[in-house]
Amino acid sequence: MRIAGKGLVDGSATIGFRFDGRDYTGFAGDTLASALLASGVRLFGRSFKYHRPRGVMTTGAEEPNALVTVGRGARAVPNVRATVQEIHGGLEARGQNAWPSLGLDLMAVNDLFAPFFGAGFYYKTFMWPRAFWERLYEPLIRRAAGLGALSGRSNDEAYEKAWAFCDLLVIGAGPAGLMAALGAARAGAEVILADEDSRMGGRLLLESHEVAGRAGADWAGAVLAELGAMANVRLMTRTTVTGAYDGGTYGALERVGLHVANPSEDLPRECFWRIVARRAVLAGGAHERQIAFANNDRPGIMTAGAVRGYLNRWGVAAGRSVTVFANNDDGHRTARDLVAAGVRIAALVDVREDVAMAGDFPVHAGARVIDTVGRQSLREVVIADREGRVSRIASDCLAVSGGWNPALHLACHMNGRPVWREDIAAFVPKPGMVPGMRVAGAANGAFSTQACLAEGLAAAAAVLDDLGFKAAPVDLPEAEDGAVRIRAYWEVPGATHRAWLDFANDVTTKDVRLAAQENFASVEHMKRYTTLGMAPDQGKNSSVTALAILAETTGRGIAETGTTTFRPPYVPVSIAALGAGGQGRGFAPKRLTTSDRAARERGAPMIEAGLWYRPSYFPRPGEATWREACDREVAMVRDRVGVCDVSTLGKIDIQGPDAGRFLDLVYSNTFSTLKPGRVRYGLMLREDGMVMDDGTTACLGPGHYLMTTTTAAAGQVMRHLDFVQQAHCHDWDLRMISVTEAWAQFAVAGPLARDLLNSVLAEPIDGAAFPFLACGEVRLMGVAARLFRISFSGELGFEVAVPARYGAALWRDLVARAESLGGGAYGMEALNVLRIEKGFVTHAEIHGRVTAFDIGLQAMVSGKKDCIGKAASTRPGLSGPEREQLVGLRPVAADRAIAAGAHLFDEAAEAVSANDRGYVTSACWSPTLGSHLALGFLRDGRARIGTRVRLVDHLRKAEVLCEVTDPVFFDPEGGRARG
Amino acid sequence: MRYSGLRVIAEGLSGNRGWKPAWRNPDPKPAYDLVIIGGGGHGLSTAYYLAKNHGLTNVAVLEKGYLGGGNVGRNTTIVRANYFLPGNQEFYSHSLKLWEGLEAELNYNVMHSQRGLINLFHSDGQRDAFARRGNAMVNQGDDAELLDREGVRRHLPWLDFEQSRFPIHGGLFHRRGGTARHDAVAWGYARAADRRGVELIQNCEVTGIDIEGGHVTGVQTTRGSIRAKKVAIIVAGRSSQVAAMAGMRLPIESHILQAFVTEGLKPVIDHVVSFGMGHFYISQSDKGGLVFGGDLDFYASYAARGNLPMVEHVMEAGMTLMPMIGKAKVLRAWGGIMDMTPDGSPIIDKTPVEGLYLDAGWNYGGFKAVPASGWCMAHLMATGEAHPVARRFRLDRFATGHLLDEEGTGSQHNLH
Amino acid sequence: MRLTCPLCGDRDRREFHYYGAEVYADRPDAGAALDAWDDYLHLRDNPAGETRDLWYHEIGCSAWIVVTRDTVSHRILQTALLTARQRQVGKFVYQEGDLREVPAKPGAATGGERP
Repeated sequence: MRIAGKGLVDGSATIGFRFDGRDYTGFAGDTLASALLASGVRLFGRSFKYHRPRGVMTTGAEEPNALVTVGRGARAVPNVRATVQEIHGGLEARGQNAWPSLGLDLMAVNDLFAPFFGAGFYYKTFMWPRAFWERLYEPLIRRAAGLGALSGRSNDEAYEKAWAFCDLLVIGAGPAGLMAALGAARAGAEVILADEDSRMGGRLLLESHEVAGRAGADWAGAVLAELGAMANVRLMTRTTVTGAYDGGTYGALERVGLHVANPSEDLPRECFWRIVARRAVLAGGAHERQIAFANNDRPGIMTAGAVRGYLNRWGVAAGRSVTVFANNDDGHRTARDLVAAGVRIAALVDVREDVAMAGDFPVHAGARVIDTVGRQSLREVVIADREGRVSRIASDCLAVSGGWNPALHLACHMNGRPVWREDIAAFVPKPGMVPGMRVAGAANGAFSTQACLAEGLAAAAAVLDDLGFKAAPVDLPEAEDGAVRIRAYWEVPGATHRAWLDFANDVTTKDVRLAAQENFASVEHMKRYTTLGMAPDQGKNSSVTALAILAETTGRGIAETGTTTFRPPYVPVSIAALGAGGQGRGFAPKRLTTSDRAARERGAPMIEAGLWYRPSYFPRPGEATWREACDREVAMVRDRVGVCDVSTLGKIDIQGPDAGRFLDLVYSNTFSTLKPGRVRYGLMLREDGMVMDDGTTACLGPGHYLMTTTTAAAGQVMRHLDFVQQAHCHDWDLRMISVTEAWAQFAVAGPLARDLLNSVLAEPIDGAAFPFLACGEVRLMGVAARLFRISFSGELGFEVAVPARYGAALWRDLVARAESLGGGAYGMEALNVLRIEKGFVTHAEIHGRVTAFDIGLQAMVSGKKDCIGKAASTRPGLSGPEREQLVGLRPVAADRAIAAGAHLFDEAAEAVSANDRGYVTSACWSPTLGSHLALGFLRDGRARIGTRVRLVDHLRKAEVLCEVTDPVFFDPEGGRARG
Repeated sequence: MRYSGLRVIAEGLSGNRGWKPAWRNPDPKPAYDLVIIGGGGHGLSTAYYLAKNHGLTNVAVLEKGYLGGGNVGRNTTIVRANYFLPGNQEFYSHSLKLWEGLEAELNYNVMHSQRGLINLFHSDGQRDAFARRGNAMVNQGDDAELLDREGVRRHLPWLDFEQSRFPIHGGLFHRRGGTARHDAVAWGYARAADRRGVELIQNCEVTGIDIEGGHVTGVQTTRGSIRAKKVAIIVAGRSSQVAAMAGMRLPIESHILQAFVTEGLKPVIDHVVSFGMGHFYISQSDKGGLVFGGDLDFYASYAARGNLPMVEHVMEAGMTLMPMIGKAKVLRAWGGIMDMTPDGSPIIDKTPVEGLYLDAGWNYGGFKAVPASGWCMAHLMATGEAHPVARRFRLDRFATGHLLDEEGTGSQHNLH
Repeated sequence: MRLTCPLCGDRDRREFHYYGAEVYADRPDAGAALDAWDDYLHLRDNPAGETRDLWYHEIGCSAWIVVTRDTVSHRILQTALLTARQRQVGKFVYQEGDLREVPAKPGAATGGERP
């Protein structure tokens, strides 16, 4: 019911929206909760376990009951707090966890079985018969549990992430936050003021207090106008600071488009901010708590602060006849404000004996609420007076104040524990729990408006002093300064029905007592056993009351019982916001070679190689399968000439008088003897003795080397080289840098490779002047280039490198020339076949668990010098016949396909682990040899060359008898590459 | 008291007043035959199997906080047996078999749910590596199936198969893989161990290990000194500190692993799913929360909390793999402290101190190992011999080079 | 988490690659016994408290940095270039000028500089 003349909403702007299939209207400035309350709606949702009817309880993000689903289809968002969702044209929301409808929910039958559904009941049953768990019990439990539902469809809306930096982050724009921001901003500090509400002002918008002689909301408006006009201030509304992290980094969620009717597709729904702040002031206010009494969860039972908040901010009376139940003076404000607005107060019930309040309503001092009546909406409140006399009060709204809990969660995000303050019956933060953060106002246990203003200003002054700013004058306005008068009172004793603590997870006082009875008596055990505090509100409404009851039950004090740990996020944050940018291709950068476009134009399927994309093969008309293309490309290289982009290999330029010495340290073999103009294959070990990587390094001139790495290990090798140099030999004279992206590099391989190159080189080369493993500067088409005579195919091969800007043109040109010679481009599939035929290893073989010994390269670990990994590779477990060694595998029947991943067994042995002798790492069809081939690791494999093993591939149901061979299948003498 | 559906009904009808404490609260005695330092999953299961398999009941479990307060209550609850190196294979295979009978064994519903685990792969190379793994699993007697893209699609139609940065090529399906209710595992073992006479002593921090002549004689605690013939250190997350009390320096570096849970949602993910190109794994709890995690924060830490870079990375991985989870809201993030070893595999072994045993180094694979770890540790403590399925979890294997490096990332502790 | 690179200043943690304990920079001599290598490669003090470890400014200046920090509070105490280490009778120390003090509270000593 809307009260004329009350509230801060714009009554001239009517907005239509839908809830649970019905049309409603509200005003600009309304939340879903305020608009529905104004329309007389009481039932917002169903509880988690017992499917009890639930209404709205609070005005903020801590709301435990009024969780709804907003939107439709892929855009449906479950578990939205109706208290936070602003209404807008076209808004469509519906209740959750009910079937067939909120009003008639058949799952409410659970409530009848509540005696059997106490804390932890599921640990004690559903065990027999065993097979029923996955088939029956668990599916039933899963279906009953959960709140809202995901649509199951991919997100199709924009989300963003952003960074911000400031001197001071002020969290919360109530009286304390506004003063902190004003104080810091006037002194010139860069200030970010973040507040989760759509309108700043905090509690000032919800109360009838005056500040500096004006309405609190007006005073806040004036301060905000001043702040908004300052260049050093950023006001972030609808922004919840969700986490405090190390180094002054805060996470914050901004609701950018969730309140907008017909938002453009570009407008993000939410933005997740990383705010780096030199200082922060937490001024997030406090949450009012409930009192546990029988049936305290009915729609219409709210916090007292919420009841007057709906009146003062939204002009909404939450009921026609309101009872107030309190253990503190603050709750009385609700009665006062409501009466002033003409709403009937049925009674004020206060547990304290010595309370007196003048008003045109009955005051029951020393009394308590012992039960309530009304299923889908509260009808009656049952009270007992100090003598125990019971009476019933007709009431459709019960405003409860059990005191206030400072919203200190962010201050606890770094594992700090708050301290108990008996005088205000609340936990408050200790100073310094988060480095650089101060806590001010109600979040710090300062509950009067005057104290909030003063603490905010003092926090600003302290921050300015820390950061070396000169404070500018700010007057401290005058405001309400009532003392906190409270009697700690958690539970009405002797409840005959369940009394709820955690409304969202349906945890009652009985559950807490049962946990203690079963010796789940520590606060963490109680939480985990009852699930109290693990619901969407994360215990904001329940945990302090529950631990007070636990303390009472176990005979300990509250301080001794302690709290559970508050962890980020402060409010739930969508995965889409935290993971913004990751969807689709955004998860990782794309790296493209200079030939990428040309390869795609030729129809080459591109596959991921680390972050790079590389062509799989280059299909030609008439080729039906990848194998046909691959076989042709292999034959092309073996018979004519092929061109392949190898730019993705890592390239590290190393220069200096000590560069050769350095290479000796990082490679297992010797490089200091390498002459300018020569290339050498190098084997690089990790310090633990395993093979890290392999590649070639060219000596381009005295003290000037170009190292290549595999595509996959380029980053790791660069990091490793930098480490070795800076840790072990920083006084050696050398410098290095990655030049991977600077050069485009193409392999030209095949019997006609030299002919092809000579058609582009300014000065032709021949075998004598440019022998195998030669390198040098060349010119082609007017461009200075580098030429390396190296081969990963076993054919006469070169790699030619040009500055990357010439790569695209050169690749097209080389491929065209290759095609005119009967060859062409080849892709990764052919490259893989060519190298398997030659027994060259890749990371399929050097997978991090193999030594030089395992791959037969033990001779490459020089005995004449130290190198990284040499010492550790001599550990006894890393060599000998127990090791699995690299071998070739060739099916006895050439047409029997082998798949990598198969395991190796002796011919007659059963395929079980105990008999496992090794596995296949790489396999292919070799068109050159007319056989399937494979590389693999076989225990004591080199000694078994010439024998047979059985390959077993359970997964693909294959068994192949193979001959064990040397890993080099083709041209073992290497004459083709040298020719 | 025995738990059963009938008991739940009977107690429900009589106001649930008859439920007994799940375990006693004994004060520490001056001496025990065996003392286990650490009341986490592994310590409790060790105590249980000492009593059950070996009849050793003069045993105390000393826990500095509350039972199950460590990593057994801070993980993503995944239970699987999908290792491929000899040494790991047989151990996790044994563990899974124990899981399969755990409810009956403990008379406690730990909600072990064999809902199936699908490890996705995104390239031919990854497929081959998973094929090797899957074949090893079958060799071991466990189950594995290789799914192609369409095969995965039949189970998980909502994945982003084509538009993801790393399109999905297929998956390795481990039907017996699944999840369990993590806290319940600790409580179940605690209750069962207590019923067999083991004393579970909470709020009792060990401050020193007494050694005379190279032989352990007891421990010093915040609740007095306790003599013992044998002492086990089973304190993942604090292994280095406790071992240091015995003068040992361990091959362990402690790291933070974060995990996340969303608000409760109606059933939407029915399997455990893991991403092959980013560290991301997810399942849905019976309460409806999506439970997921990623990689370590990567810096040594005992803070039990993490930072945003990994939080965001995990969420980004989730969004590229399964963008239908975007509207789910993360409710809570937590961090566990992982004992990271130089090969990613654990240690169950004697120590150089006679009578002192070590169960440590579980990296981030400790939860599923709880049953077999306790089984094998109890065997070692009772018999003095390594259990056959844990014989390769030696403390000296780094020195000798008999490594169990499933990831192949070498001696850098945090890369496993 | 933020680290102060001695060359580049205050940066977000995601620019850095973490290796491990500082002792990994103390490579044994080539002829050292295998025990020394086991110690070097595998064994760690792994303190719950102040530690020194190695970080690489990978998305930055490529400097390896020795960071003194607390593994419990995550407080960063000091950062120094790895190359500033000097051997002194069995242990490593730093010259006074090579250390970059990290303010106890974030931002205190950066004088309003923006990263």
